[in-house]
Amino acid sequence: MKQLMLGNQAVARGLYEAGCSVVSSYPGTPSTEVTEEAAKYEEMYCEWAPNEKVAMEVAFGASLAGKRSFCGMKHVGLNVAADPLFTVSYTGVNAGMVIVVADDAGMHSSQNEQDSRHHAIASKIPMLEPSDSAEAREFTMRAFELSEQFDTPVILKMCTRVAHSQSIVEPGERITPPVKPYEKNIAKYVMMPGNAKRRHPLVEQRTRDLIAFAENCEFNRVEMADTSIGVITSSTCYQYAKEVFGDKASVLKLGMINPLPEKLILDFAAKVDKLVVIEELDPIIENHCKQLGLTVTGKDVLPMEDEFSQNLIAEKLGLPVPAGKKLEETMPARPPVMCAGCPHRGLFYTLSKNKCTVLGDIGCYTLGAVAPLNSIEMTLCMGASISSIHGFNKALGKEAEGKTVAVIGDSTFMHSGMTGLANIAYNQSNSTVIILDNSITGMTGHQQNPTTGYNIKGDPAGKIDLESLCRAMGFEHIRVVDPYDLKQCDTVLKEELAVEAPSVIISRRPCALLKYVKHNPPLKVDTDACRGCRSCMKLGCPAISIKDKKAVIDNTLCVGCGVCQQLCAFDALKA
Amino acid sequence: MTTNVMIVGVGGQGSLLASKLLGRLLLDQGYDVKVSEVHGMSQRGGSVVTYVRFGEHVYSPIIDKGEADFIVSFEKLEAARWMEYLKPGGRVIVNTQEIDPMPVITGAAQYPTDLVAKMEALGAKVDAMDALAIATEAGSAKAVNIALMGRLSRYFDQITEEAWLEALAASVPAKFLELNRKAFSLGRAE
Repeated sequence: MKQLMLGNQAVARGLYEAGCSVVSSYPGTPSTEVTEEAAKYEEMYCEWAPNEKVAMEVAFGASLAGKRSFCGMKHVGLNVAADPLFTVSYTGVNAGMVIVVADDAGMHSSQNEQDSRHHAIASKIPMLEPSDSAEAREFTMRAFELSEQFDTPVILKMCTRVAHSQSIVEPGERITPPVKPYEKNIAKYVMMPGNAKRRHPLVEQRTRDLIAFAENCEFNRVEMADTSIGVITSSTCYQYAKEVFGDKASVLKLGMINPLPEKLILDFAAKVDKLVVIEELDPIIENHCKQLGLTVTGKDVLPMEDEFSQNLIAEKLGLPVPAGKKLEETMPARPPVMCAGCPHRGLFYTLSKNKCTVLGDIGCYTLGAVAPLNSIEMTLCMGASISSIHGFNKALGKEAEGKTVAVIGDSTFMHSGMTGLANIAYNQSNSTVIILDNSITGMTGHQQNPTTGYNIKGDPAGKIDLESLCRAMGFEHIRVVDPYDLKQCDTVLKEELAVEAPSVIISRRPCALLKYVKHNPPLKVDTDACRGCRSCMKLGCPAISIKDKKAVIDNTLCVGCGVCQQLCAFDALKA
Repeated sequence: MTTNVMIVGVGGQGSLLASKLLGRLLLDQGYDVKVSEVHGMSQRGGSVVTYVRFGEHVYSPIIDKGEADFIVSFEKLEAARWMEYLKPGGRVIVNTQEIDPMPVITGAAQYPTDLVAKMEALGAKVDAMDALAIATEAGSAKAVNIALMGRLSRYFDQITEEAWLEALAASVPAKFLELNRKAFSLGRAE
């Protein structure tokens, strides 16, 4: 029966139907739902791994053991997993292994706009690129077959608009793939120099074989129409191009993006008057065409940055563009904000008040950088807060130590904060690290992690105790605070900044959006007592505003956390 | 012929459920449908947009400037923000609720005034309603999304109310169905 499915949900369906057995991933927008949806099928073992490198190695282990396996991640996650990626290319697989990487052109929820196709090229691993949900399902299933046929993992590249768009899918039944018993094969699987040297030529031969495959595989499709323009494109850009051109251009749609075909492109080019390459981010197809000696229109008119749309393509190619009318006045922006009752708010208020230099990390709490808290001054990548504070303090010494902190969430800490903390413990910088433990992976929509005590299905699981972990690393100063208690936060922060030793503060309170968290009734404003001093506004809580010089509480948002009450000198905010 | 519906609002207002209902309905009606959502960071109280496109064959999952037949807005300022996406003469269904964005809360900006009149002055057909009052009357402030879908349903002549209610039943948990049916009917009727 036809169903509307998110691209990510369709990938999960493809995993199920292809007989995949083991799924290990780390959440990251826009890839998260693949694994969340996969976990709804009882037939597959699914888990959240601490990070993408671990996930990929888990998937490799399962493939080695003879079961079809999968790992999924966002574009920057593939950087974390790049170490196993480049060598699993050499070992190849036993049972099929598929990797999803989801790029985020337009940076809807990311810190950079990298083009993951470079990873496929650099690691010499084939990459497929679906353009809608139906293809996401089909390509996932075919990826397992390719993986086994060519003895290589296969990367399926998603992007925000394919991952997070729903389109029609016709699901099928699950197959039981043939068993691939594990066999000891030291020459294939032990990548020490002598063996790797013998594997590398096989990788090069595999690429030649895959180029031959790409020349007439079902992933690459020619749609001949008017021949005055020939468009070469892939992924969501195919959909935009069809929207713009309809039958007014011929299209070569590439579903296999690494390696790229040669003869297929040359033959298509020979049939059209003018070639246009439409691809988001880097000119990978375009440069390939140029290497083949073709003249193409591409990044000379189309941008290298941000996502495309039908209007953008039409405009850049000099075609008519629909126009709307906008209001003349500028609308106030509506940036994302920490939720009402967010436990991070009280902690950031304390840091802001103490004028701390705050090195931040990746998660909801990155919003600690925006007004009015303006607290975080650096965010780079997962785990960088802890490693960087060590470098910062080693560089500046006393000048920095007493006022600099690193902040990192519980899930990010498990992902790649622990190694940075080990460095502080080992090389002893006088650093203060704050772990914002909200007992969940918040930003990506509430995934469990090794500190929560629950697994992907919400069943009880192992639980890593943060205090014990820090103690085991040799930290003597480990403090736990409740971020709803501003006085306690302030006292402990001052004490730990003053200490001449590495220290960890755990700011612990569950995410206000977790279903099990019980909220208090909304607060009320005593309008006689309120002087309109705006002290409560320093928190940047979306539930508080000032109307007619008095504080107003939005009772659809307020969860009665009481943090604002602690800032009111006139006792105007009542429970 | 593709019909384009943009659902805009503030993260957390329930636009994903509205698009789920719409997608389900249109699929049942035999259309090709694409729905494009935004997940992740902007969901945290930021400006969010969902695109729903349907017709015989839909290519692009997104709606561009000047293309929307309908903008369904959960909040007044958000309707105004996305006006450029409306087709000339297109219809705006707007919840008149005002939710102050952070620059307004902090005093760095003012909430714009007379937005409905300004949108009408641009040639838009504006259907303004207090969806929050309707949702509250139906039993939950959270049903704003369904009240607005009720209003949208008035403009889809080809689709019966019965079909909408079937899609609604398939989209919301059984224990909330009655209040959502009520929000839908009140939104449609008013």
